[in-house]
Amino acid sequence: MAAVSKNVRLIVVALVVCLCGTAKAVRYDAHRIISLIPATTEMLFAMGAGERVVAVSSYDHFPPEVERLPRVGALIDPDVERILTLRPDLVIVYGTQQELKAKLERAQIPFYSYTHKGLADVVETMRLLGARVGVEAQANALAARIETELAAVRARVANRPRPKTLLLFGREPGSLRGLDASGGQGFLHDMLEVAGGIDVLADQQRQSVMMSTEMVLARAPDVIVELRYARRDTTETDDIRAWDALPAVPAVRNRRVVVLRGEEFVVPGPRVALATERLARALHPEAFE
Amino acid sequence: MRRRLFATIATFGVVTVFVCLLAPLVGSTSIRLSRVLDRTIPFADNVDAQVFFVARLPRVLAAAIVGSGLALSGVIFQALLRNPLAASDTLGVSAGAALGAILAITFHVDFSFLGISVVPAASFAGSVGAMAIVYVMSMARRRGTSSTVLLLAGIAIAALLAAVGRFVQYFADFTDTARTVQWMMGALDVGSYPPIVAALVLLTIAGAGFATLPRALDLLSMGAESAQARGVDVVRAERIALVSASMSTGAAVSLGGPILFIGIIVPHIVRLLVGADHRLVLPASGLFGAAFLVGCDVVARTIFAPAELPVGIITAILGGPFFLWLLFRRT
Repeated sequence: MAAVSKNVRLIVVALVVCLCGTAKAVRYDAHRIISLIPATTEMLFAMGAGERVVAVSSYDHFPPEVERLPRVGALIDPDVERILTLRPDLVIVYGTQQELKAKLERAQIPFYSYTHKGLADVVETMRLLGARVGVEAQANALAARIETELAAVRARVANRPRPKTLLLFGREPGSLRGLDASGGQGFLHDMLEVAGGIDVLADQQRQSVMMSTEMVLARAPDVIVELRYARRDTTETDDIRAWDALPAVPAVRNRRVVVLRGEEFVVPGPRVALATERLARALHPEAFE
Repeated sequence: MRRRLFATIATFGVVTVFVCLLAPLVGSTSIRLSRVLDRTIPFADNVDAQVFFVARLPRVLAAAIVGSGLALSGVIFQALLRNPLAASDTLGVSAGAALGAILAITFHVDFSFLGISVVPAASFAGSVGAMAIVYVMSMARRRGTSSTVLLLAGIAIAALLAAVGRFVQYFADFTDTARTVQWMMGALDVGSYPPIVAALVLLTIAGAGFATLPRALDLLSMGAESAQARGVDVVRAERIALVSASMSTGAAVSLGGPILFIGIIVPHIVRLLVGADHRLVLPASGLFGAAFLVGCDVVARTIFAPAELPVGIITAILGGPFFLWLLFRRT
């Protein structure tokens, strides 16, 4: 019996050594990083790897340091030639960029494939990315800080009645056409739950839902939050008067249609905690007095 | 003939009215008509009435106008170009409408006038503008338009306008591109009545133009020269046809986006049902186009309820096989 347990211990030790060995062989630090996704760019800067970023996507605007960096396209138009000439040792690509991945593979440039998912995946990505780049400790600290901040928001609104909320991220200005809403999956949905709201589209197992006015009436949200994040969004705040066409919706009747502006709502990076808190303040203003 | 005309209009009219009356009662939420019409409940508190009057009725009316406008202009373009595949997209009218919408969306021209926002107005202007360019070009060649020149000029202009549209979109913000894509899929959930009234006015003016055309179109479909010999003022007839067809396309597209399939399929279905006489084909297509799109929209908003499909997908999925069935049943 003792011999068996000794053997098992040996195997375990051998396995651990092996794993560490392979992990060391695969994992080497990155010093010339190209990030094609604003969320991962923000993560890299927040975990102290900002000076290793040599180029970003055409949609990156945060932190301000990125404005000086070269732009190499984005999701649908990555500039492969420029990416190659910058001689990166790690390119962070979006999961669906198959063609780019194939080209990078051919050029023997390592890449990290990223996809937007839920709120828990944001901090998970930070940890994995930090480990991959070689700033594990800072990345873990950043992830832990964000988790603490999110927990604080959650606790702050914990015992309050949760309003049924519709979270919109798109609408044709001046009308109720083209309503793009957050569905029951993804970081926006998760942020809404943490911020103390009930997602009226929680049953829709998709990240985004094209909504009709009939659906708004049927779901009867208590609060409608409209996110405005486009750089050139010139829509006036009084544009929310378009909602007056649906007075039976509680959010309209009780004047609880809120417009929140800011890129942090659509970039699931280190600013998710800030975005979640802003959402919580909109849903539960009294909790933050 | 008069009796046949009356019978055709009556049959198609009854079907269309029936579909349009039934459609607002069907949807993802159940409403009670008695509650909809209950005047004792204030409108602001009456969810059923709001579902009926804000969500569904404008939508049914928009579908009827868009379906009718696209079907009518399809008939005209097919007759004028003597080409069974012609529709509003052939002559660049739809491409012009799309370009107008893309420009309005990308450059954030976000104001509205009398309840009509800029995007539909711009797409209407785009469709009429495209038609004007094509028409002037085809007139420049010789006196009167040639259907071949018109067709080729139309295809060239359509390609050019589409390229300009893509060029603008390439530099646009991601969110603007998403809005453009959504617009291109077509959407009938208009939510208010002013755009419907505007489109209806334009469609009525176009309809007055169409009403003068049936005989000329019948003769034109045998060739411009033989029509001329039989006393048709070809230039005038073509001018009326082009202006009114582009107007009805513009009205339809600006209201519901480019739902292109209707313009090709509805005229053919109607011809298979009533024959080639334009006195019958024109009114029947206008009515059937309306009923068809209203029906497709009911399917689009109920099949995956509460989620909705873009109506253009349904028109193609339902219309294609139906058209094939009609085609092979006869031969």
